[in-house]
Amino acid sequence: MVINLRRCDGCIGLGLPPQCTQSCILGHHVPVGMEWIQVYEYEFEHGGSYFLPAPCMMCENSPCTNVCPVGATFTTPEGLVLIDQKRCIGCRLCMAACPYQRRFFNWGNPKIPSAATSYQYSVESQVPAIKGTVMKCDFCPDMAREGVVPFCISGCPRKALWYGDLEEDLATNSEEVVKLSRYLARNHAHPFKEDLGTQPRVFYVPGHGQDVGRNPYQSGLRKVTWPGESRE
Amino acid sequence: MSEATRKYSQSSFDRSATPADEAGERLITTVLRPLTHTGNTYRIVVLVLFAIVCWGAYAYSVQLRKGLVVTDMRDHIVWGLYIANFVFFIGISHAGTLISAILRVTHAEWRTPITRMAEFITVVALSVGALFPLIDLARPDRVANIIIYGRWQSPIVWDILAISTYLTGSLIYLYLPMIPDLAMVRDRLSTSMSPLKIRFYRLLSIGWRGTSAQERYSSKGIGIMAVLIIPIAISVHTVVSFIFAMNLRTGWDSTVFGIYFVGGAIFSGLATLILVMAVLRRAFHLGEYLTDKQFLYLGYMLGTFAGIMIYFNALELLVPGFKMEGSELFLFRQRFIGEYAPLYWTYLVAGLMIPGLIILIPRTRTFWGIIVAAILVNIGMWLERFLIVVPTLRVPLMAHEPASYSPTWVEWSIMAGAFAAFCLLIAVFAKIFPVLSIWEIKEQLVSEQSNIVEEV
Repeated sequence: MVINLRRCDGCIGLGLPPQCTQSCILGHHVPVGMEWIQVYEYEFEHGGSYFLPAPCMMCENSPCTNVCPVGATFTTPEGLVLIDQKRCIGCRLCMAACPYQRRFFNWGNPKIPSAATSYQYSVESQVPAIKGTVMKCDFCPDMAREGVVPFCISGCPRKALWYGDLEEDLATNSEEVVKLSRYLARNHAHPFKEDLGTQPRVFYVPGHGQDVGRNPYQSGLRKVTWPGESRE
Repeated sequence: MSEATRKYSQSSFDRSATPADEAGERLITTVLRPLTHTGNTYRIVVLVLFAIVCWGAYAYSVQLRKGLVVTDMRDHIVWGLYIANFVFFIGISHAGTLISAILRVTHAEWRTPITRMAEFITVVALSVGALFPLIDLARPDRVANIIIYGRWQSPIVWDILAISTYLTGSLIYLYLPMIPDLAMVRDRLSTSMSPLKIRFYRLLSIGWRGTSAQERYSSKGIGIMAVLIIPIAISVHTVVSFIFAMNLRTGWDSTVFGIYFVGGAIFSGLATLILVMAVLRRAFHLGEYLTDKQFLYLGYMLGTFAGIMIYFNALELLVPGFKMEGSELFLFRQRFIGEYAPLYWTYLVAGLMIPGLIILIPRTRTFWGIIVAAILVNIGMWLERFLIVVPTLRVPLMAHEPASYSPTWVEWSIMAGAFAAFCLLIAVFAKIFPVLSIWEIKEQLVSEQSNIVEEV
């Protein structure tokens, strides 16, 4: 995944909550309180701010899979880090290990829309959520197989999020298709917290939303909503 | 009583009375008395402890039903009281075996009356401490997955291996030197105990007759275990530190953590040993054997470890503090002037400095001074464990407000239950098994006696 921060304004220009997060919640039946892709507001050192959408970084040297005692979190041959909630024992060592705070826990009964509770469980969709287990962004592998981009990509109104494959060397933001290696090189893209050596597969193009005309001194993300919120 | 047994008990105890024999007789009656006589205070104490354990069990049942949502742990601060207590209890388990093994290997004579108690503490603290990761587990129903799908690369699996090895080793190391004493109970108290109890002691004493072959094997076994248990004990607390140190987190990502944890473990272990000794000495009238000398020497060890811990803390603060890389500043502020400053200063001053000073100054280096120091050290080391777990997890890894954590009644109740269970198990142990190593003290009495005779 490539996230072009020049195009991301946290959706505040549209007066909406971050639409990547919101469409992920709706499409994935994300339990109340979790934001698998979460937009953070980072301050520039000398004033102003930028927004940073953070999905799972899908690290190649992933601290979470390294520490898991039961192999419940694992890396697929395609390079995705997924979680098997039927095997997870709920020790939360992976959550302590993740340097990006990208893991979420079902502390009690997960609040999800009632329709989602009757789904057949799948590791690739993590639906329905299971009490006492860890969840996170999964890059929607079941949809990718069908040729559909993840909810966050299609949901981004600024087309700032790109989804692709490093081996095929292609990426799309659901409107255009680019040669991934060239796009990364031309735009000085870098992973977040690169110095930790986790080798993430999410890259950021630096910026503060200037391509969509965002004033970096304007802040204030809107709050997302979860459809399961009313459930007990 | 079989022929062999009678011969053994006669040859051991019923020779013509010398002063050493008289002292030995007194020793045996004093130590074995709690096995047959139960006071009212003891009954009340056990009842109260049992009630607290039940309350803790009830709190856990609430947690089992509703999930970890009944604690105040959340996505940012993912561990809390449970993991802090886990580290604390595994820490005090070093009281025992390690201290008694080191003293045995170095032939420190003054240790004979304290080894048994130290080994008790190890076994009990390990059993209680090992429960905490299970209590902390959100899916205890899936604990078998660790065996079915266990990955040896995970620090949690190292923990399980290390702790179960240590528990097995400690049980053997507690049991081996106890066999001659169990045989003595079997022979001595056969008239004053129920047949069921006698059978229990007969079973445990596995046909000990005190023959020279048996004694040879026994001392060989004890010798091997005393040496083996030292690296095992050190590995246990090193591995416990790895569930923190293996993570990329400011405050945990440290190479000194292994030895820092081992030092802290022995430090708090010594303090716990001093307190348990003081209580049992009072309760079972063991003043003749557990003299102020034992307390003084353990006090010296406590003082030494206070110094070692001050040194480790200086390292832990100075090396990252000089560079102030990344989130270190946040962590330092939090410790010294922020949310955790009161706890942190209490730990540094009351948990390390004051106990060190009490031992250092001759006027305060009395029995009661040492007791006060031991209490302070235990409180301080518990705080240290808490301060290692929570403030580090509170350091934000992304651009968000720091989370807060204040343990709920469920967490406090389970913790109280665990402390009560620790005391209860010690109390029950002390009722079933001789709290002093009778044969070793007796051997010492005899050798002292023969020294006196030679001098005359």
